[in-house]
Amino acid sequence: MKHELKLYCDTTRLSDLRIFLSEILQNTSLSEIEQHQVTLAVDEVCANLIIHSHGCNGEEFIQIGVEKDAGLLKIEIRDSGEGFNITEYREPEINHVKKAKRKGGLGIILVKKIMDKIEFETSGKQNTCRLFKNLKSK
Amino acid sequence: MLKIETTKETNYHLIQLIGEVDASNSVELDEAIVDLIEQEAKNILIDGTQLDYISSAGLGVFMSYIEDFEEKNITLVIFGLNEKVFQVFKILGLDHLINIKSKKIEAVQEIE
Repeated sequence: MKHELKLYCDTTRLSDLRIFLSEILQNTSLSEIEQHQVTLAVDEVCANLIIHSHGCNGEEFIQIGVEKDAGLLKIEIRDSGEGFNITEYREPEINHVKKAKRKGGLGIILVKKIMDKIEFETSGKQNTCRLFKNLKSK
Repeated sequence: MLKIETTKETNYHLIQLIGEVDASNSVELDEAIVDLIEQEAKNILIDGTQLDYISSAGLGVFMSYIEDFEEKNITLVIFGLNEKVFQVFKILGLDHLINIKSKKIEAVQEIE
């Protein structure tokens, strides 16, 4: 079964995204800590898109699709506009973030540490970021 | 939703975080810390017992003050994080950069 959410580009909507995800993830073999972390990873990707690709324009939106399939959880995040290729982004070193006193740059590190596989694809104006998490068999 | 309550105790200032810190409200956490810096606070305790969620936006706020606080001799201690939230600090190795204690009493001991 595929679950879909249309998320308008307003950061106050991120809490709706987390509720949407936690309801789906509850019914997986992921532990509570893993569910929390996967929710965080998706929140991070969407927050980046909302702020950096869509300039918090509440009229634009992102689409999130979640699918569980053969021991694999697949989360697809689609948007149109200026794409952000997360797989090509070289995240900063933690110590560099500390020294530079920057408030950003940590989100992508979290996404890469939490998820098992990340894909990015652009086709025309449509960007798709896919996040994968292996599910243990019950 | 995030609620921030700041109280002044004899030896320290306490910031209580209630709810969720994300990209929509991390600026409120930043403002609460800036407020205490302006009041020349030397010891800041962050009560995380009612913090249900924190994303990188909130973690970034703490990160951005580590160096300043070292220079200004300001002590910041976070306590009471639940396991899920603590694990997020751990993924980034922030448990090595920020003083995190499980109980308030241990956090208070850090500043005495």
